[in-house]
Amino acid sequence: MVRSALNRIFGMLVVMALVVTIVFVIVRLTPGDPAAVMLGPDATAADIESLRERLGLNASIPQQFLTYVGGILRGDFGQSIFLNMPVTEALMQRAEPTFFLTLFSLLIATLIALPVGVLSAYWRGSAFDQAATTLAMFAASVPSFWLGLVFMQFFAVRLGWFDASGYGGPGASFGERMHHLVLPALTLGLISSALITRFTRASMLDVLNDDYVRTARSKGMSEWRVVTRHALKNALIPILTVIGLTAALLISGAIVTETVFGLPGVGSLIVSAVLRRDYPLIQGALLVVAGLYVLVNFIIDMLYLIIDPRVRY
Amino acid sequence: MAAIAQTGFREPNLLMKMMSRPTAMAGLVVIVAMIALSLLAPLISPYDPAQLAVRNRLLPPSWQHLFGTDDLGRDIFTRVLYSGRTSIAVGFAVVIFASIIGVFLGLIAGFFRKADAPVSRLIDAMMAFPDILLAIALVAALGASATNVVIALGVVYAPRLARVVRASTLVIRELPYVEAARALGVPTPVTLVRHVLRNVTSPLLVQATFIFANAILAEAGLSFLGVGISPDIPTWGTMISVGRQYMEQAPWIMWFPGGAIILAVLSLQLVGDGLRDFLDPRLAKDV
Repeated sequence: MVRSALNRIFGMLVVMALVVTIVFVIVRLTPGDPAAVMLGPDATAADIESLRERLGLNASIPQQFLTYVGGILRGDFGQSIFLNMPVTEALMQRAEPTFFLTLFSLLIATLIALPVGVLSAYWRGSAFDQAATTLAMFAASVPSFWLGLVFMQFFAVRLGWFDASGYGGPGASFGERMHHLVLPALTLGLISSALITRFTRASMLDVLNDDYVRTARSKGMSEWRVVTRHALKNALIPILTVIGLTAALLISGAIVTETVFGLPGVGSLIVSAVLRRDYPLIQGALLVVAGLYVLVNFIIDMLYLIIDPRVRY
Repeated sequence: MAAIAQTGFREPNLLMKMMSRPTAMAGLVVIVAMIALSLLAPLISPYDPAQLAVRNRLLPPSWQHLFGTDDLGRDIFTRVLYSGRTSIAVGFAVVIFASIIGVFLGLIAGFFRKADAPVSRLIDAMMAFPDILLAIALVAALGASATNVVIALGVVYAPRLARVVRASTLVIRELPYVEAARALGVPTPVTLVRHVLRNVTSPLLVQATFIFANAILAEAGLSFLGVGISPDIPTWGTMISVGRQYMEQAPWIMWFPGGAIILAVLSLQLVGDGLRDFLDPRLAKDV
């Protein structure tokens, strides 16, 4: 087990190093001078030169790479050009809406997907199963920004139950801020529930025919106990994996949803960074998000190792 | 040899199998119809997609204008048809581009033992980036244009195809006919194309169908965010982006292009599900 853990740690470090390299390369793909692109057509040669100096673009590429990696190792992700503050600080300032949006979406998705997926597998082939499978596929086909706009039009504009956008403005209470998250979280939660439902169903189908489920039944155990204690317990590991990965991927959904609902979160920060070509900020955001994904993946693998002694890497 | 003899029968077989499954067949009919409608748009609609008629602006759906008109009086039904050309073409181009990179990486990783670890780690690292995030970062670096959107989304989806191709290649590499080819002195590139690639087409086709669906969704997302295709080119995503401003007076502007996206993506997913069941029964279990 220790050997497996070490193997996995090594693998994760390699992937992290590659992630860092990919992020570095992406930003260098820009044709022409990034400093000139960032400042726009009205910039003077002196402005461009001073920005090049600030971004360290005058050094050779390998040297830039070393400076960049050195910074990351010290926790320095660079300076945002437009916000004029460290990238980590800019991301932290915007973290609250994104954190709660992700949390609520995941909660909504799980609360829908777990029971639906379990029952779908239990009543395999029934009308319920077919309806649930079709609905899940339908939900996976809906563009999240469009669903958000439709919700906004119906619940905010027509019925007036919610504010159409924003986060309540400065000084809004916690309750008001959370009230602004209802529609975005519903949008993202419904769409992400599709994937979790499909995984839950597949994972339950796998275990429902296993010997220990038959044994439990033949002992005369109630169906409720058979399904919850024996089947679901064993199906839960793959389900938890997909929930964990959905959490990491929700940031992608947050980019679009936050823009639709005008939430001041990390997602809309990334979009504005792209529109303003704030390369250090784009770089930092990519790194944080991909790093989180690799980390979540790693933690899940480690949990497998602890929960299931048969697992080896 | 067996593989070569088989291919002659594969296509009629596949279509017949498709017909035996109503959902997959329905998906196929809908997506083919959508492609046909968008290509035949000038014959179907009496309107010009770009013709301005300010007097007719923001009209609700009626018999004259099936889907209503937009802020500049243009017929939305016509624009949805014409937008389909771009949206579907971009999705298809993404699949082709992603397949070329994905097949190349997957074959190398699966066939050559020494290349497996580095290529696989690279695939893992690429998959750590959420699709929209990586795509907008790439578009930001390359510049916003239809070509760059295709390149960016192609790079985003290539690792998924590479994974599928690698997994199949790992199995095929050990089969007797590959060993026989090696023993007969067939050059490795020929073996790869003729014996290995031919036999990974099934899982590749299944995965490619799902990526087609995802690419249509992702392109719409990028266009909506304003970091994709220029808003002057009508696509389903840009239409929704414009319609959003008239949500209160004329919600139909955004309803219909959204419906078109759902229909196209859903039917592609149904086709993909059907294909997976016939072509790749092993995969059918794991979602």
